This record gives sequence, structure tokens and C-alpha cells, in this order.
Amino acid sequence: MRFKQLIASLLALTVASAASAQDTSIIVQSTTSTANSGLYDYLLPMFQDASGVQVNVVAVGTGQAIRNAQNCDGDVLLVHAKPAEEKFVAEGYGTVRTDLMYNDFVIVGPEADPAGVAGMTDVQAALSKIAESEALFASRGDDSGTHKKELSLWASSGVDPSAASGAWYRETGSGMGATLNAGIGMGAYVMTDRATWISFANKQDYQIRVEGDDDMFNQYGVIQVNPDKCPSVNVEAAQAFADWLVSAEGQSAIAGYKVADQQLFFPNAPTN
Amino acid sequence: MQSIGDALGLAFALVFSGDPDLLEIVLLSLRVSLTATALACLIGFPIGALVAIGRFPGRNAVLVFMNALMGLPPVVVGLMVYLHLSRSGPLGFLGLLYTPTAMIIAQIILIAPIVAALSRQVLEDLHSEYAEQFRSLCLTRLQTVQALLWDARYSLLTVGLAGFGRAVAEVGAVIIVGGNIDHLTRVMTTAIALETSKGDLALALALGIILLVIALGVNAAVQSVRMTATRQAYV
Repeated sequence: MRFKQLIASLLALTVASAASAQDTSIIVQSTTSTANSGLYDYLLPMFQDASGVQVNVVAVGTGQAIRNAQNCDGDVLLVHAKPAEEKFVAEGYGTVRTDLMYNDFVIVGPEADPAGVAGMTDVQAALSKIAESEALFASRGDDSGTHKKELSLWASSGVDPSAASGAWYRETGSGMGATLNAGIGMGAYVMTDRATWISFANKQDYQIRVEGDDDMFNQYGVIQVNPDKCPSVNVEAAQAFADWLVSAEGQSAIAGYKVADQQLFFPNAPTN
Repeated sequence: MQSIGDALGLAFALVFSGDPDLLEIVLLSLRVSLTATALACLIGFPIGALVAIGRFPGRNAVLVFMNALMGLPPVVVGLMVYLHLSRSGPLGFLGLLYTPTAMIIAQIILIAPIVAALSRQVLEDLHSEYAEQFRSLCLTRLQTVQALLWDARYSLLTVGLAGFGRAVAEVGAVIIVGGNIDHLTRVMTTAIALETSKGDLALALALGIILLVIALGVNAAVQSVRMTATRQAYV
């Protein structure tokens, strides 16, 4: 019967699509900045050629990436929120965490610079000034690495922006790119990692306003998901990927990635 | 300011460059959403037909429920499917998360209620026309359902298209269960979301225009099937 054939072929199609993902592939739960800036498009072909391992990247915020990895839905975690990463390892979800690379955060703002923070290098002072002038500030508000960092900077500047939530402090609850789009749309200051900013295409009249404070350091780490907690982990391939990233070869590859002639990530894995 | 004109130009350039990545994304979009639509029709048409001809206690409540399910938020469906397919979820052992299959499952859940509810309405109207004739022929329930489905086949094509339209256009569910993985689970809508988040609004819009043209193509194809079939029916 034609009808049965139709069902059979549909089922075959469905099952076939499931099988293709199984071979030697790993899932990396990742922060968005490394994906949106094009780093993976540059790095992964090199690793895949060398190892034969297919790397599938799921780019979400750091908070969600960690939660997904806790649910065993990934083999490697590549994020940027050191305290949360260390907690992840301490709770047994990850085997080992290694520093991978760094860059820094910047605060971008409109040409008009309503809070008058242009050129400041003291991030706490800049944030206080934004709060005082009640200039719009768009926050990620999504528990991502950038969001956690931003909250800690507010805390150290002695301002509690949550009181102004919905007024001048706007929590978008979305990714970096969406928050930049929204912030630029409403003329708000936005804190972003430099890699996302350099490769961001919808800058309009926005420029970097605050940069250069040591407190704006942005460290990325790589963690292998613990096979004791998650038996589905592809240990060998995950190890190979993490090892390659911190190897001399991987580190120089990271250093070699440039957008608009600017290096986006600075490798700093400990050398053994 | 990036303009809509840029996007149109970019859309043409993309299509005519024959970019293999774009082709891959388009084909996956079609594969996922057409498969989901076909399976949702297999589930939805019989349910719609049974509810259409059935008279049972609580039928009104079922109708309200079916109609309400048409408004299922894609993100909620995505989350539910994620929680089930996650390695730590009840169906995690299947290893289906972040595969096209997971995306198909999510879209089936999303559009099967639409197919069921709309086909119920179509078939009920048809049934009220033919009910006496069916009774005089002493048809069984199964025969009635078969006759109704066959007679309403062209209207049901439109119902299927409504389901397809919803499936191919949604992003909330597939981005959660598919993960928007390059060369594996990236479809048109998740690619559009990605380019938007990169701030490349012109490219995002260009992809949107291409998606629109694809939806137009699918609808045109179904329409031509329908017209050919009706013409032949009168020969």
C-alpha cells in the first residue's frame, strides 16, 4: 500500500537523521561571544582536520551552557565565569578546568554620551556616573558570564541598579547581540566583551566609551564534562579537543584569529 | 543605517551565488518542516475526523482544548521536548537532543493540534452535509472517516499548509532542541536569529526574504497539484 510506504519512508528519514550525528562528534556548550565573533569557524576546521572529530557547538549564554552541561547535554564546556566554572567542577560535573584565553569587557555608548563617561578608565566611577545621571543602561539580565561580571562591577561601585529596573536600568534578558541591538535602539550604554563588539555589524554611532580597567578582565576557561556523572560523554574526543585548545598549536591558532586587523582573544593556557 | 534595499540585493546575491552553506540550511529547513507537517497530518487528520463525527460526553471540552492547543508557544514546546530528550531526562538514552529528529518532534507537537483542530472544522461542516447519506448507506465509522477525508482532501491540503507555515516559520522550539549547530541543526529561522544577534541585520533580513520565497514556492507547488487534480477530476 502506498500509504504504508509513505509512513515507512518518513520514519526512515527521521531515524537516518538521528544516526548521522552519532559517529565521532562532540557537543561543546559554549558562551555566545566565541561563536558570534567567528572564532569557531576559524578554529574548528583546523582541529577537525587534525583529529577527525566533528565538533558541534551549541552557543548559549554561560549560565545556560553550564545548566545544559549539568544535564549531560554536552561533552565540553567553554565559558567565561570563573567562579561558576569552579563550582561546576567542585560539584563533580566537570573533571578539570583550564584557563584558555582572555580579552576584556568594554562599555559602549552613543555618540551623544549622555552620562559623560567617554574616555574613562575607572569602570566603577563610570558606572556611578551613569547611575547618577540616570542615563539608560541595557543589561543582559540573563545570568550569562557577562551579566555576572556586570553585576559584580555594579556591586563594587556601590550602586544597586535593580532599584531602577525598568526605569534607566533595562534588563533585556537576552544574548549579547540582542542586547546590543536593543541598547543601540534605545540609546543605552551596554557592557560587552570586546570580541563581540569588534565583530558586531550594527554599531551605528556607538563607540567604546569605557575601557582599560583591570577589573574588566575577561577570562575564558575550558572544562571537560565528567563521565562519572554523564556516561554519555565522549571522553576521548572531548579530551582531544580540550588538549588541542591548550596545546601550543591551539593557542597560536587562537592568537592568529583577527577581525578588522584586531586580535579578539589572547591565549593564556598554563604551559606544562 | 542598513536598509531593506540592501537586504533585497543581498538576498539575490546569496541565491545566485549558489552558496553551499545556504543550500544546506534551506534543505534542512524543508526536510524538518515537511517531515513534521506530514507526520502531524497523519496524527491530526484522523483525530480531527473522529472528533468531527463523534458525539460523546465532554466533546465541547475537547473542542475547546484542541482549539486552545493551536496557540501553544513554541518556546514552551521546545522546553518540554528539551526536558524529555536531555541526557538527564526520561528519553535521554535515545541521544536525540541536538539532532534534526528532535526538531521534527518539537514541530510535530507544535502543529499537530493546528492540523487536528482545523481539519475537525472542515470535516464537521462536510459531515453535516452528508450525514444523512452516510446513514442511508449504513457506513461504519471507519468508512465514514475515510469517505470524509477523501472528499475533503483539497481543503485538508490547505490545513496542511497552515501547519507547514507555522512549522517553517517558528524559531523558539527548534533553537532549544536543535541548538542551532552549524552543518547539523541550523535552519533558516535559527540562522536569521544568529545573524540578528551578530548585528548583521541586512543578512538576517536577506535570509528572511529567502525563507518567504521558499514558503511561497511550497504553497505554489501545492496549489498547482490541487488545480491539476481538480481539472483531471472533471475530464
